[in-house]
Amino acid sequence: MQRNASTDSIGPMISTRPLLAPSVILLLIWMIVPLALTLWFSMQRYSLLDASAGGFVGFRNYVFLFTDPNLFNALANTIFLVAGVLVASVVIGLACAVALDQQFPGRGIARLLCIAPFFVMPTVSALIWKNLLMHPVNGLFAYISRTLGLPVVDWFAQWPLFSVGVIVAWQWIPFATLILLTSLQSLDRDQVEAARMDGAKGLRLFRFITLPHLARSITIVVMIETIFLLSVFAEIFVTTAGGPGNASTTLPFLIYKVALLDYNVGWASAGGVIAIILANIVAYFLVRTISHNLDR
Amino acid sequence: MERPLTQRIFAAVAGWGLAIIMFFPILWMAMTAFKREPEAIASPPLIFFEPTLRNFEQVLDRADYLHFFFNSVIVSVGSTLLGLAVGLPAAYALAFHPGKRAKDLLVWMLSTKMMPAVGVLVPIYLMFKSAGLLDSRIGLVVLYMLVNLPIIIWMLFTFFREVPREILEAARLDGARPLRQFIHLLIPLTAPGIASTALLSIILAWNEAFWSINLTVSNATPLTAFIASFSSPQGLFWAKLSAASLLAIGPILVFGWITQRQLVRGLTFGAVK
Repeated sequence: MQRNASTDSIGPMISTRPLLAPSVILLLIWMIVPLALTLWFSMQRYSLLDASAGGFVGFRNYVFLFTDPNLFNALANTIFLVAGVLVASVVIGLACAVALDQQFPGRGIARLLCIAPFFVMPTVSALIWKNLLMHPVNGLFAYISRTLGLPVVDWFAQWPLFSVGVIVAWQWIPFATLILLTSLQSLDRDQVEAARMDGAKGLRLFRFITLPHLARSITIVVMIETIFLLSVFAEIFVTTAGGPGNASTTLPFLIYKVALLDYNVGWASAGGVIAIILANIVAYFLVRTISHNLDR
Repeated sequence: MERPLTQRIFAAVAGWGLAIIMFFPILWMAMTAFKREPEAIASPPLIFFEPTLRNFEQVLDRADYLHFFFNSVIVSVGSTLLGLAVGLPAAYALAFHPGKRAKDLLVWMLSTKMMPAVGVLVPIYLMFKSAGLLDSRIGLVVLYMLVNLPIIIWMLFTFFREVPREILEAARLDGARPLRQFIHLLIPLTAPGIASTALLSIILAWNEAFWSINLTVSNATPLTAFIASFSSPQGLFWAKLSAASLLAIGPILVFGWITQRQLVRGLTFGAVK
């Protein structure tokens, strides 16, 4: 049945304005006021430490920003982290979803175990991984390395960004699993059986029937995760604090450091504008995909 | 069609293998929570040990743990109730009395969710500071409500849209007014959907860690920010860290498991059901 969100109404037309007004007004304020202030601050010389500093400086903060190697380091780290976690979560999430789509005893429980990490608060998951698993002396991984005679890795000192990525990926694999599994379960079983009758099996079946069916869900997973991954903060805050040096400083963490540790409001706001632009590039495509869905 | 035995064994091994690997860090944390401190950092790691409840007693004995726990409860439940109060009428209007702009409105609401928190960290921090809202529960309640409102409205909207039109049409012919329809028909019909929307909102607020770390000091600090304070390297209290963490994630994990099937639509704005 075709259903269009804009035509069918139930019953007498009632005035919807009072029903919608609170949400619309709140979201409007929430969207416009901070955004306008960020833009405004980004063109000010504004430091919380130096009250005498002030005044409109135009795009000078942006000039400083774009000549600062810290920004490019942070951008590179952000892209590495987001891309790495995306690949890991989609590939492993797909493996989990396909595995959980099969019939086997205890499937329901296995499913619960697989998606559990998504519900663990970021600070807890970061500290479990940092201490219990990845600690260079007492951690479980260090013990396993020693037992196998391999060199012990000091994860957060040697591969800080990679280690943060492992934690973040662990949290987001369940998200991909959950969505791809939901999508797999809507796959037309008759179509699969028909393809099987025609002699397709194993990888070919997966490649030509399952994967095309999942393409849209994978796109959605990638876009939604990107939005959230561009803001990863707590995992870095409690593990490496951006270090060593600035090896694991991403854009959000750099802005946090400049704003709340160096109190340079102007510079941090210019960084904030960059973050907003980055997120909106992704958001544009995501919103388009989702609004297509409304017409179905 | 029955699959061959080897295939079924492979499916079970793969499914359970992945599940155990994914769950292992949580399991290991849960085990550590019942160890004594020296056992928690013992090498080789102990798999068999005499479980003790001492860590939980010590964590709960510190009166401030409960303080942080209740902050989390107040902030997540408060923001959810507020979000439902604001979002339910809006979702109802959008689903059943859509004007010409209904679709644009929904899309616009979704787009407010795309603002990266860090992009507005500076103005929000300064606004909270000048309004005296830093380290206050009410500030976090309002903030989390705003952050989750688009998800609440969208998720309710997708549930409302699935209500068969005929039922509401019949009620209308019986003379039920819109408010009566809403309270006596729609709310009971979509109660499971509303409940999962509320649970998802509670989960997201409970686990939020960016604003809680940056906007609270101690008075309004919820568990996410409190647990972050364990990261300072003043000794290895892994057993207590694990006990505190287990208590912090326990209730939310159960909520997540209860509502796992419904929250896909909330998290994808109805794009995947």
